[in-house]
This record gives sequence, C-alpha cells and structure tokens, in this order.
Amino acid sequence: MVGHKLLAIAACLVIAGAALAQTGQVEVSNAWARATPPKAETGIAYLTIRSPTPDRLVSVSSPVAKKVELNTMEMSGMVMKMRPVASLDIPAGQPVTLKPGGEHIMLTGLSGALREGQSFPLTLTFEKAGTREVTVAVEKPGAAGPTSQR
Amino acid sequence: MPRYALIAAFLGGLVILGGGVFLGLASRDTPRGAAGTLLASAIGGPFQLVDQNGKTVTDADLKGKWSLVYFGYTHCPDACPTALNDIAVALDELGPKRAEVRPVFITVDPERDTPAVLKSYVTAFDAPILALTGTPQEIAKAAKGYRVYYAKHPEEGGDYSMDHSSVIYVMDPQGRFTASFTHENSPEEIAERLKKLLT
Repeated sequence: MVGHKLLAIAACLVIAGAALAQTGQVEVSNAWARATPPKAETGIAYLTIRSPTPDRLVSVSSPVAKKVELNTMEMSGMVMKMRPVASLDIPAGQPVTLKPGGEHIMLTGLSGALREGQSFPLTLTFEKAGTREVTVAVEKPGAAGPTSQR
Repeated sequence: MPRYALIAAFLGGLVILGGGVFLGLASRDTPRGAAGTLLASAIGGPFQLVDQNGKTVTDADLKGKWSLVYFGYTHCPDACPTALNDIAVALDELGPKRAEVRPVFITVDPERDTPAVLKSYVTAFDAPILALTGTPQEIAKAAKGYRVYYAKHPEEGGDYSMDHSSVIYVMDPQGRFTASFTHENSPEEIAERLKKLLT
C-alpha cells in the first residue's frame, strides 16, 4: 500500500519534472541594445528566443524604462512604420531573432542613457514558460548586431 | 461617340500615369552626368532650417560638397540609427575622400527635435552629421522638396511615433539629386557607389 503511494508520488514527480523540463527550455540569447545619446527617452533591444514547444512572448519589462513594448517595423514602399504588437509567436524549435529592420523591443521613458559597454536587465514573460530574465549588452548607437555571441 | 471619347481619355490617362511611374522609378538612381536634368531637379529644392548649433542653414549651404540627406527623427530607435550608422560605416570606407561628403539628418519631428536634442543625438554617431530642424512649416517644405512622406502616429499614453520615408538621397556638390539608397543597401554598397561618384 505504502509502496503504491510512493510509486504514485514518484510518478507525479516524474510527470511534473517532464513538464518543467519542457517549459524550462525556453532560451533567450544574444540580448543587445543600442547605446543612446545622453538625454534620449527611447532605446531599443534585440535578442534571440528558442523554445522546444510553441510559446508566445506576451510582455517585457525592465527597471531602466517606464514602458517596454514589442514593436514591429512595416515597410510600405519606402515608408517605415513602427507599430506595437501585443505578442510574439515563438514556433517550436525555430529560433526567433529580433533584429534591426524587424521586430524589436522598444524602451520608452529611459531612466538614464544606455552607454556602450554597460548592461541592464530585461524580464521577458512567456505565455507558457513564465518569466526569463536576461542581461542586455549595450553596443554602439547604430550597431547592426551584437559584438559577441552569447 | 462620347463613350469612345471617354474610353480614349481613360486610356490616355493610363499611358500618362504609366509614364509617370516609369520616370519616377528611373529617377531613383540617376547616373552621374544625367544629374541636372528635369528629373533630377525634381528632388531637392530650396529650404531654410536651423542646425544643431542654432545656425541657419539653407540648401545653398549644402553646395560645394556631396550631401547624403536622410529624413528621420531622434525618437526613432530602429530605422534612423541604422541609416546613420550605415552612412558612418560607408564614409569610413571612403578614406580621405570622406571629407568631400557631408551627412545631413533632417528631422520630421520638429516638435520634439530641438537643436539641443539633435546635437545630443548626432554626436553619438561616428560621422560629422549636420542635423537640421525648423518650424513645422519649414520642415514640411523641405520634406516636400525631397518627396518625403511623414505622418504622426499616436500611441497609447499620449506618445507618438512618426511614419516616414526612409531613404538616403545623394546630392552632388551643385545640389542636384544623383542617387538614392534604402535599407536594402549595405554600407559596402553605399561606399562602392559613392567611390564611383566621387572619382
């Protein structure tokens, strides 16, 4: 009887563990931002997300900005349009890379300039995987990508 | 009979429209030598604005050097720094010739982009950028001359972003439109084209 109970608990643990492992594997890498001028109010961050299961990035926050939102760039002819998006789909097994000219994380109401060489924390909330905190490296003002892969 | 006349007028209109589109496309990258034609003169034009130091700058002040003219705004974190950085990287590839080229950043957001804001913004880039602002009317006039579209896009909380044409215009030392680049051109491509134009 006791043996059965233990077995049941063990099975539960295994299932819970598997579930954790599944949602626990969302990886956020290569987080970088562009340095801003001294009094800038807006900044931008880019990163790469990988998830073994389909998930969705639903919100982003950071102590360095009042508001953090997901944006996308739309080109209509030669005209650039920046628009907020509510969430970002992360397909299973396919890395999603936010980069200049596409989806990005916009920081509004910066508490101070983002200086090259410094870093700041960013918290990403996923619909299924929960939250991930990443460290964002600040690169040159017009940098096209991160200087080193992390 | 009136119906035929209408159809003829419609077809004639189509031909004119098609021709206009064709000429518009053809003018986007006018080879050197063709600058100064009617088409080339359709981009540019007179303006009077102030630079990041509060000094008045007109289109006449741009003459004597090649200019790379880009319209944007400082609250633009993605497209504008990319364009300015592409210009800075392209200029680096020009070597000593870079002294013959002047990058010009004209704001489409004069409400927020004062000379002081522009000054702080452009010093962040590795290029001697001339940054210009003005009254909304002055900016509208300059943008119209360069066929630049811009519009305020309100966002939640009273903020706004600007929709705007993202094009780098190459103007020759006589102030004539010569070529243009978009986000699809790499800094290397921009540098190659400039090298050819500067020889």
